[in-house]
Formats: sequence, structure tokens, C-alpha cells
Amino acid sequence: MKKALGFGVALAALVAAIPASAVELSIALGSIGQDVQEMRSQLAKFEEETGHTVKLVEMPASTTDQFGQYRLWLAAQNPDIDVYRTDVIWAPQLAANLVDLSEAMADRVDKHLPSVIESQTVDGKLVAFPMYTDAPALYYRTDLLEKYGKEPPKTWTELAETAKEIQDKEREGGNAQMNGFVFQGAPYEGLTCDGLEWVASNGGGQIVSPEGEITINNEKAAQALEMAKGWVGTIAPEGVLAYKEEESRGVWQTGNAVFMRNWPYAYPLSAGDDSAVKGKFDVMPLPAGASGESAACLGGWNLAVSQYSQHQEAAIDLVRFLTSEQSQKERALSTARLPTIPSLYDDPEIAEAQPIVARWDEVVATAVPRPSAPTKGQYNEVSKEFWTAVNETLAGRGNAADNLDQLEKRLRRLKRSGWE
Amino acid sequence: MPTAVKKTGFYALVVFIVLFSVFPFYYAILTSLKSGTALFRINYIPVDFSLANYTNVLTNGVFPLNILNSVIVAVTVVVISLFLAVTAAYALSRINFRGRGLLLLTILAVSMFPQIAVLAGLFEMVRWMGLYNSLFSLIFAYMIFTLPFTVWVLTTFMRDLPVEIEEAAIVDGASPFVIVMKIFLPLMWPALVTTGLLAFIAAWNEFLFALTFVANNDTRTVPVAIALLSGASEQEIPWGTIMAASVIVTVPLIVLVLIFQRKIVSGLTAGGVKG
Amino acid sequence: MTNVTIGAPPTDKAMAAEKRPATRSKLSRQRLRSAWIFLTPMLIVLALVAGWPLVETIYYSFTNASLSNIAGAEWVGLRNYYEYVDYGDGEGEYFGLFFDSQWWNAVWNTVYYSAISVSIETVLGLVFALVLNAEFKGRSFVRAAVLIPWAIPTIVSAKMWAWMMNDQFGILNDMLMTVGLISAPVAWTANPDTAMWAVIIVDVWKTTPFMALLILAGLQMVPGDVYEAAKIDGIHPVEVFWKVTLPLIRPAILVAVIFRALDALRVFDLIYVLTPNNTDTKTMSVFAQENLFQFDKFAYGSAASTFLFLVIAMITLLYIKVAKLDLGGGR
Repeated sequence: MKKALGFGVALAALVAAIPASAVELSIALGSIGQDVQEMRSQLAKFEEETGHTVKLVEMPASTTDQFGQYRLWLAAQNPDIDVYRTDVIWAPQLAANLVDLSEAMADRVDKHLPSVIESQTVDGKLVAFPMYTDAPALYYRTDLLEKYGKEPPKTWTELAETAKEIQDKEREGGNAQMNGFVFQGAPYEGLTCDGLEWVASNGGGQIVSPEGEITINNEKAAQALEMAKGWVGTIAPEGVLAYKEEESRGVWQTGNAVFMRNWPYAYPLSAGDDSAVKGKFDVMPLPAGASGESAACLGGWNLAVSQYSQHQEAAIDLVRFLTSEQSQKERALSTARLPTIPSLYDDPEIAEAQPIVARWDEVVATAVPRPSAPTKGQYNEVSKEFWTAVNETLAGRGNAADNLDQLEKRLRRLKRSGWE
Repeated sequence: MPTAVKKTGFYALVVFIVLFSVFPFYYAILTSLKSGTALFRINYIPVDFSLANYTNVLTNGVFPLNILNSVIVAVTVVVISLFLAVTAAYALSRINFRGRGLLLLTILAVSMFPQIAVLAGLFEMVRWMGLYNSLFSLIFAYMIFTLPFTVWVLTTFMRDLPVEIEEAAIVDGASPFVIVMKIFLPLMWPALVTTGLLAFIAAWNEFLFALTFVANNDTRTVPVAIALLSGASEQEIPWGTIMAASVIVTVPLIVLVLIFQRKIVSGLTAGGVKG
Repeated sequence: MTNVTIGAPPTDKAMAAEKRPATRSKLSRQRLRSAWIFLTPMLIVLALVAGWPLVETIYYSFTNASLSNIAGAEWVGLRNYYEYVDYGDGEGEYFGLFFDSQWWNAVWNTVYYSAISVSIETVLGLVFALVLNAEFKGRSFVRAAVLIPWAIPTIVSAKMWAWMMNDQFGILNDMLMTVGLISAPVAWTANPDTAMWAVIIVDVWKTTPFMALLILAGLQMVPGDVYEAAKIDGIHPVEVFWKVTLPLIRPAILVAVIFRALDALRVFDLIYVLTPNNTDTKTMSVFAQENLFQFDKFAYGSAASTFLFLVIAMITLLYIKVAKLDLGGGR
């Protein structure tokens, strides 16, 4: 008996001595800007610290494409991906397949923005933990605005006027490639953000209200979309109808746009050495509509652990590592990704390296969420219907009022007796 | 019409056909040799010559592994389908039995199946068999288009062989399996090579199943890898890298096709397959 | 010469071996048995990869299967195709695939795309084939060049063309503007008026060689003395083409067209890569894939897949009947 006990103790000691046995983890994330490089450097530190190895599964930049694949993999109960980087809007749709992190993160939860934590909590289950939050900015060319004696625009109307004037004069001056404004007009999740911003900034609501009512079919929303339609082919290139984040950044960063709507990740890249706009630009919150206030779409990415992961413990460790204060700070320093820990917005080092971060806490605090919570598992389709309606309006297929009327009908069909 | 004009017109048409066929691929090569901002300058003749995109695609990430995956899948699929098809084609072409016509028609119908029609069912099967995210799932699924095609082409080929070649063997009492292996196989190398090559191309190019049944970077095949290729670049969409990857996976195919072009034409005529 | 046979009919010679009187019955029984032994593995594989999945797809279209719960699917009858939902306040609405305007839009897109691209490919393929059939210097070089697009994977061609059609840096706009055909850059894949044409252009580029080769094979079977005779009779070459050549190669064209059409009707990869999420180019396959795997409407996607299968089957049968094709391998 004693012998057996001794053996047991020895075994336990032996097991404890091997540092939780190194495992191989996989993390899936979309690659936009410098996200992949940034993740690589963080993973290297994690590997060194824990002895685990982590494989990166790179995904296309489009949120919509990522979501399609992730949903498929989770449905296939794929054990080969342990950690997913998830968009803020995905929580309700993927909740069933993700591990509840509320216990593992209990000591951390209070440090983060409550609204973000809440967005990742579905029926009391914390399905993902925030890596960074996101709220867009209006990028503008300080040199061009100065050259033509313009002020940064406070409203969309001002933006359109300024953009038109500068674009036309620049083109006359031989700069044929110049565009007034670039944004994300391709039919995908990003357009839902852009469209929601136009509508919300004009007082047109949030597509579906927090109570689940379909509110999109209103005059202010129609006005907002008509306004945006007026930009295509005048201040924005016609190709904007196929632009996602990276395409718009491509035009902006080669010096061919006066204004750009994009996320903060573009800030350090625009300020990079091979950027044509280095030192010639600044950012500000998005303009306001005629009957409303500036509205920024709430974005942000989180980390979730798959229920089908065979190394959930290690995966949770990885999530803890990548969402820690230290990691968030480094991420903000190198790529201007916005932290979800409020105190970091006052961090002098970050303010020095990436001024946009320090200036953005107000924008984040007032950002408008997409209706992923009220529409539950059907958000993806709601969003598809919305971005399709917006894209068609921008492309000149029917007018905004008719398209929104149609959209409302489609959404009603989706909803039937209630969102599920 | 004077002959000179006719001749000029004809050669103009020839030039158009060649340009139309070759230019896009030529331009892909041109783009793949550019780096940095040179990408955004339009040239019709090569002015830049940088191999950066090639080293990037071959050393960064798992693209070589993706190529290996594609080779493994395509070769296995071809070998299995040829093996199953040779014997089946013998039965279908040289032995008379009831229901043969119907069977042939069914096989042709299967080769025309829209892949999406079986996608839902196959997905559930792959998941149930535990093959999800492994190359086996693709090897299995690709049989749906390579097998009927190879059977069909080899059947038409075997029908055309004269009866005398197996007559003696039959009289000697050789079993059908021996006849296939000893008599038909040696005669069929040209047909096997062509059919195999066409099946190889079809498997190499397949996208929908590969997109659905495998997940990781290192299990993806080439088409999915190229479609999802992104990032690792600060210059928006990495067109240079995409073009380099495209050229890498296309050149071997073009070489093969050009080597076997005459054979392929006869294979295509028999099978009517898409590339 | 209206009946077309794909592949040669079984020769009587091949069957003759079985009819030697002495060993006939034993031999043919043995051969018959081995025929089935030879066929069984192939049939099992086909049943597994094609038969059973198709049955399953059809089955799911009558259930409420969702991606996250396929195993727990319950039978719901025709609800995915046709359903009336009563809102309880005297109002109600029809739901299901038959009443989904987006589905019908996808059906229309598919038919439109297939009809236009296959027509262009046929005409262009015929031109290519006629050129390749003529004797001229460098013919083998041209034939090799024509094969290149066919050898390029669809995904690769989609990417190549996406880059050439890029609205800002694309060479296509540059060319057309240099020639003066357009005055401002066109956003080929984004503009709703050109998106479908962008897809068609790529498809035509990629598959015209296939058409050309099939038609060329037909052309080469036309005996040379036909042309000689026509020349001696002084018949105009154009007339020879319409009156002699075309009728003779009609079977080859008809076969090529059906193969291409069946391929075009199930198009997925080209559109998925070139114009993602675009309603103007969404085809039946894309619609089905989207519902199956992106919207958690596995059953609805299965219904769309089933419908697509029926549409393609019907078009094929109709075509075979109208064109009087004999695909049975001759009996």
C-alpha cells in the first residue's frame, strides 16, 4: 500500500515536472494590414514562455469570407483549430460551438470595457475575449486641405464639397489619378459598417432596434443612402463598389485620395516609410449627417476557444496571453489597434507612438453596434440583405427609398414571428 | 478579293488568336516579376525583373506544402480511378451483358453531375467518416468526376481495339483479368497517359470541394491557397505574390499539356471534359 | 447524319469471341461473371460518392437540418420549397424556394450566363477551329498557344483577370483607353452593368480552346475531297461552309455545346473569386453554397441544390431530345 502511494506521489511529481506537456495549437485569423506579422511576434513570445507551439492559419481579409469558413469548420467539429479570432458581431451566431470563458477570465473581466464584454456574452456565456476594439476614422490629407485652404469637414456635405473641389483642381493640375473619397463599398460585412454609419449619423437608426424592431425603412436612412450614392462616380471612383478595406487603403496610400474612411490599423501603415502620404495626413472622427451626429460603427476582434479543440487548457492560456494588458499595449504600439482596457488610452508611450489611439477613446465609447445582438443567429443574413440593398443603391439600381422598402420586406420575411 | 488582302486578313486573325490566348498569362508573368510600387505602373513589355515575389511565395508560409498536397491528391485520384476504370472499361466494352447501355448512360450522367448537388450529402459523409480536413476527403470526393470520365474514355478506346487481339487468349482459356493485364494494358499506355493527364488536371483545378472539406493552411490545395492568399504585405492586395503563385502552379500544367497536346485532343473528343 | 454517337458503337467483332460454339455457354457465363466482378468496385465507389450523397441532399431538402445540427434533422415535408405562414392577424405570406425572388434571380443569372457564354464560345471556337484547320506556317505554334488558357486553373484565370480588370491599375482599362474605346476607367467587376460581362469574358477566354479543339476534331473528319469537288464546281467558299462543312461538323458542335452548357450551368469557382457576393452574378451554385454554409440554412441550401440538379437534368434531356443526340453508346 505504501509502495503504491509512493509510486503515486512519484508519478504526480513527474507529471508536474513536465511543464504541462508542450502541445501544438492552431489559431485562425484574417490577414489585414500588419495583423499577421504582429500576431507572429506575439506568438513567438508565447511559445518561448510556455513551450507550446502555435500554428497560424491565415484567412482572407474579408470578414464575410472568414465567417463562412469558420462556421463550416465549427459545424464539421474540426479539432484542428483551437483558437479563432472572431469579429465582434459573430458571438451570438457561433456561441454554441465555443467554450465558455467566464470562469477562466473571471479575474480579467472587470478590467475591460463593459460594453465589449457584454457584446461577447450570450445567454450568460462569455464566448470570446477581446483582443482589441475598433472604431473607424476619417483620414484626410493635411497637405491638400492646406493647399486649397479647406477645413477638415464636420458634415458629409462639407466632405463631399471639399473632396470634389480638391479632386477636380488636382486633376486639372495633371494629377489624373486623384480621387476625392474612398471607403468600403463592396458587398460584404464592411459595407454594413459604412452604411450603418451613414444612416445612423443622419438619425436613421440602427437597421434593427435593440428590441428587435425593423427600423431601417425611414426617410432619414433613405436620405443618407441617396447622399452616399451621389458620391460614386463623382468624388469616389466607380470601383469603390468593389473596395474592401485593403483596396481603399491601396488608393489612399499611393497618394490618390483626399479622404478615406478606414479603421485605425491604416494609421501606422499610412505613416510608414514606403507610404506616399507619410507626414501628409491626419485623422478625425467621421462627419455627421444633416440631421444627426457623427456615428462610428463598433468593430473589434476577439479570441474564442473552439469546443472541439483537444487542448482547451493551453488554448485558454493562449487567449489569456494575447488579450493581456501587456499584449494589448504592444499591439497598440505597433499597429494602432485600439485596446479594450480603458487605462491604456492614457498610456504616454502609446500616445507618443500612435497618437490616434489616445484620441480615440471617446469615439470607441460612443460607437454604434451593428444589430447582431437582437437578430441573434440570423444576423449574417440580415447584414447580407442590408449590404446588398446599400450596394445596389450605390450602384444606381433603384432609388434608396424603394430599396429600403424592399429591404424591410425581406427582413420581415427573415424575422417571421421573431429572431432566432 | 485579291489574295494578298485575304492573306493579310488571315494572318491578322491568327495574330489576334495568339494574343488573345497568350496575353493574360504573359501579363501575369510580367506582374509577378514586379515588386513594390512598380506593380502600379502599367507596362506592356518587361522592364522590371525581380524574383522577390517568387522567393516570398516559396519561402514564406506553406505554399510549397499546398503544391505537395495538390500533387498527392491529384496523383492518388488518378491512380485509383485508372485502376478501377481499366477493368470496368473492359467489362463495358468487350463483354456483352444486359443493362450495359443503361449503365453507360448512368456513368455519363454522373460525370455531368453538378458538384453542388452532392455537396451537402458529401459533407455529412466526410464528417461522419472522420475525414474532415484531411486529404483523404478530397481523394474520396474527386472520384465523382475522375472515375466516370476515365471509365467513359477508356471504354470508347477499348471498343476500337480489334477482336483478334484477345481471341487467342480466350481460346487458351486465359481469365479475363489476365487478358486485361497481359493483353490490353500494354496496348493502352497512350490512352492511359492521356486520360490520366486529363483527370490529373481536373483534380488539380478543383475548388468547391477543396474549399469545403479542408481547413488548415497546410492541408489546403493550390486553388484554395491562391483564392485565399492574402496578407503578409503592406501594399494592399498582394497582386505580385498571387501572380507568382499562379505562374508557379500553371507552368507545369502548360508544359504537360503542350507535350501531350495531340493525345489530349483525342482524349477530349472521346470524353468531352472540362479542364 | 443527324444522330450523334459519342464514342464508337460496340463492334460486333468484339462480341464475336463469345459466340464460338464449343465453349460458348461456359465461356460467356465466366465472362459475364468477371464483368460484374470488374464493375462492382467502380459501382460501389460511384454509389458512395455520387448516389448516396445525392439522396442525402434530396432528403435534407425535406427536413429542417441546420449546419450545426445535421444529425438531428426532422422531416418537414415541402416547407423549404413551399410554405404559407399565417401571421394570425388575417395576413400571411408565402415562403420557400418557389417564392424566393433571390433564388429566381440566381436561376436567371445562371441561364443568362450559360446561354451567352456558350454561344460566344461556340462561334469563337468555330472561328479558331477553322483557322487551325487551314494549312499555314506556324500552325503547330498557334495550336499550342490556343491550349494555354485551357491548361490554366479556373481560380488562377479568375485572379489573373481580376488583376487585369482592376479599376485603378488594370491593364484592360489602359488598353481600351489608349485605343479610345472608353474615356474613363471602368470598374469591371463592381459595376452592375459590367459584372456579368466580366465573368463571361473570363469564361470565354478560358473555355474557347476547349470548344475549338472539339470542333477541330470534327473538321478533321471531313474528307478533303469534299472541298476539292466544291472547288472544281466553282462554289464560293462561304457557300461551301454553310452548305457542306457546317452540316458535317454539326454533330461535333452539338456535343461540344452540351458539355460546355452543363459545365456553365453549375459554375461556382469563377464567380466566387471574381465577383464575390454580387447579386448581379450570383448563380444557382453560389446561392446554394451560401445557404448551406454561410447562413445556417442547410436544409434550404439542400433544396436549392436539389432544384439545381433537376433544372440541369431537365435541360439536358430537353437538349438531347431536340438535338436528337444519341448518348446511349449505340445499341
